[in-house]
Amino acid sequence: MTRVLELSHITKRFGAVTANEDVSLHLDRGEIVALLGENGAGKTTLMSILFGHYTADEGTVSVEGQELPPGRSRAAIRAGVGMVHQHFALAPNLSVLDNVMTGTEPLWRLRSDRAAGRAKLVALSERFGLRVDPDALVSELSVGECQRVEILKALYNDARILILDEPTAVLTAQEAEGLFATLRQMTENGLSLIFISHKLHEVMSASDRVVVLRRGRVVAERRTSDTSREELAELMVGRKVERPARPPATPGRVLLSAVDLSVAGKGGASLHGVSFRLRAGETLGIIGVSGNGQTTLAGLISGLYPPTSGSLSVDGRAVTRYSVPDAIAAGIGRIPEDRNAEGTIGDMTTWENAVLERIWSPDFSARGFVRRAAARKATADILERYDVRGATVDGRIRLLSGGNMQKLILGRVLEAGPDILVAAQPSRGLDEGAIAGVHARLLEARGRGAGVLLISEDLDEVIALSDRIRAIVNGRLSPAIPAERANAQLLGLMMAGDWTAAERIEAETHDAL
Amino acid sequence: MRFERREHPSRALTLLAPLGAILGALVVAGVLIAIAGANPFRAYALILNGTFGSRLGISETLTRTTPLILTGLAAAVAFRARLWNIGGEGQFYLGAIAVAALGMIPAIAAMPAPIAIALCCIAGAVAGMVLLLVPLGLRLRFGVDEVVTTLLLNFVALLFVSLMIEGAMKDPLAFGWPQSVPVPDNTLLATLIPRTRLHAGLLIAVAMAVVVWFVQARSVFGMRARAAGLNPRAAAFSGVPLGRTLIGVACLSGGLAGLAGAIEVMGVKGYVTTDLSPNYGYSGIVIAMLANLNPLGVIVAALFTAVMFVGADSMSRALSIPSYIADVTVALSLLTMLVAIFLAQYRIRR
Repeated sequence: MTRVLELSHITKRFGAVTANEDVSLHLDRGEIVALLGENGAGKTTLMSILFGHYTADEGTVSVEGQELPPGRSRAAIRAGVGMVHQHFALAPNLSVLDNVMTGTEPLWRLRSDRAAGRAKLVALSERFGLRVDPDALVSELSVGECQRVEILKALYNDARILILDEPTAVLTAQEAEGLFATLRQMTENGLSLIFISHKLHEVMSASDRVVVLRRGRVVAERRTSDTSREELAELMVGRKVERPARPPATPGRVLLSAVDLSVAGKGGASLHGVSFRLRAGETLGIIGVSGNGQTTLAGLISGLYPPTSGSLSVDGRAVTRYSVPDAIAAGIGRIPEDRNAEGTIGDMTTWENAVLERIWSPDFSARGFVRRAAARKATADILERYDVRGATVDGRIRLLSGGNMQKLILGRVLEAGPDILVAAQPSRGLDEGAIAGVHARLLEARGRGAGVLLISEDLDEVIALSDRIRAIVNGRLSPAIPAERANAQLLGLMMAGDWTAAERIEAETHDAL
Repeated sequence: MRFERREHPSRALTLLAPLGAILGALVVAGVLIAIAGANPFRAYALILNGTFGSRLGISETLTRTTPLILTGLAAAVAFRARLWNIGGEGQFYLGAIAVAALGMIPAIAAMPAPIAIALCCIAGAVAGMVLLLVPLGLRLRFGVDEVVTTLLLNFVALLFVSLMIEGAMKDPLAFGWPQSVPVPDNTLLATLIPRTRLHAGLLIAVAMAVVVWFVQARSVFGMRARAAGLNPRAAAFSGVPLGRTLIGVACLSGGLAGLAGAIEVMGVKGYVTTDLSPNYGYSGIVIAMLANLNPLGVIVAALFTAVMFVGADSMSRALSIPSYIADVTVALSLLTMLVAIFLAQYRIRR
């Protein structure tokens, strides 16, 4: 096999933090290498060095035997390296062809050779099975199609080495499978690929070789056929981590009942006639690709805005006032989707963040003044009971890691003893150890009789935690299926809007619910 | 060269930053004084002598400080909540004219002094509030940028005052000068030092700074206002009523600026003219920034600004340097303060 890419002894430091330490990595022609690691393991930094966004403090990058000059993206592109970013870099108001051709022609040429560009794009798209209309506006494309455009853009620049940063983060299960089939086809055409991921199942199914990064170092390298999910998980985290298992549910009375709820889109996606019930002691999982209305649903139950029509009742009482204090007073605990933008205020102290949402309660204020001693004490208790590390009561919360921030949010919510828990993307962006902790807390709340509404994009999480599962598609909810009947295939269909199987299962199991 | 955020900005550094800033401004201004042909050390000595060297100097400086504390507080309170109130000047004038209008009511002149004074203070504050609530309403309802509206309302307010004192409220005994009817004697504030202009308004201003500090640091309202300013989305998620909180902030901010105008009329002039304020409202913005939006810091920043302005007058007479050097120094101190705050929060790496 020919070696097409070689990174040797790369070290990169940011201040006191070492992002990559003595990392060596190689790629052979026609090979798919998965770069596996948790958040903060240094995967993206390493790829940014390869692509010339950063310069390494030590070490070299060479493509097909030629050393690349450090810090020059153009040189990397010219050498045949293409990068597909996690967040697409496409101009939505331009056509596919314009997006692909941007930057490929010299600026001083007055006419752009669109005919040649189109021919090349069509040829590439046929050769690799990446179907897309060259004249469609990017704003009209689905997420999966946008990704195809990103890949085509790299191929158009004659990339022979393609780097994909978390390519499946925004795709449904079916789309992801399609993507991996395409990648396989590309290697058969002589391309070599590196994809970055922290999802074990896709690493196992799509790669030839796995390189595991932990804390900036390469800790292991395995042929995919010689390893297992369990081994990779342990290598990635550095210790054995087991997500907690879900004990059988004992559903009680109906705690939350939504009838025909609609919300007209205010910036976010709309909801159309959403109905569901949530019982005490059960978890209802809502799965969906982002942008299908789950944020709106979470915001509605959290008391951020009222529905435009339909009704919601909590524990048998109809909700008439939609406000955050009313929601909290009604026993709804809320874990927001975005910890940094919505869940915490970075420049306020830990204790202020811990009590702000219940500052109106007599526990934390009296006659308009904050009961600082009580608030500090309550915060200190949360820090201890929920094992929030790196936090001090009076320190700014900005300094906490995502996992510890989430522990604090869980603490402030669960200490109030909510009957209903709305958890929106509770483990997004967390590493394996922190995810296990969050899952344990959610199961604990369910165990003591709370109803948990779990809104997530993560299939594994929804299957592991939920008793019943619905998919959300374009602001509508699918029928509910019991978790025992769920698998990636079926949920993928439900997320894509094909509900025939789900309807049948719901009808079969309706008595049980 | 890169800048890195300090994760734990030290307390000492945060406290030293303003001092360093003022020192830096004085050094740069000193260079300008030298270019103008005078000895900067002598100039600064004259400034200190003109302000703290005599009973008159001290009283004049403190008289100047009084409205600056209040307008500085007005800006600091609003900026904390990211409400960009640039309209302190207009609110100041509206507060002043409200007192003059109230003084024309015969019943006020018949009241005991404390009640009359309290009523005048309230009238001034309410007038300032109203002038700020209008742009805030436009922002909350239609998303209109309050920087523009509050700024432009300053001119509207000043023209309104001009209309009043040349018309309905014109003093018939002022030999044709455009000034309002004087306020009745029972609304005049007591003098603190005999035979000077220093009046009890200084005590009110300092008391307000302490009250504002306490409200910001300890009250639920203060915490919510800060949350709304730092991260409106997270504040809304935590149940902070954004609209109501901002209305509260606007009432406090506009009220303080209006109070400044009211006190200036009751303590110094006794009537309203269109040159009542040498840009007290605009200086308040600089003072709030110099104080890093800290209400107690506002007292110090207001004093510094007053020293520069009062001292520069006597210095310019002695050295024949334009007294604009005071404006330049205050403006420079704002720039150096911004640099100093930045350096306290970030470290430079190469």
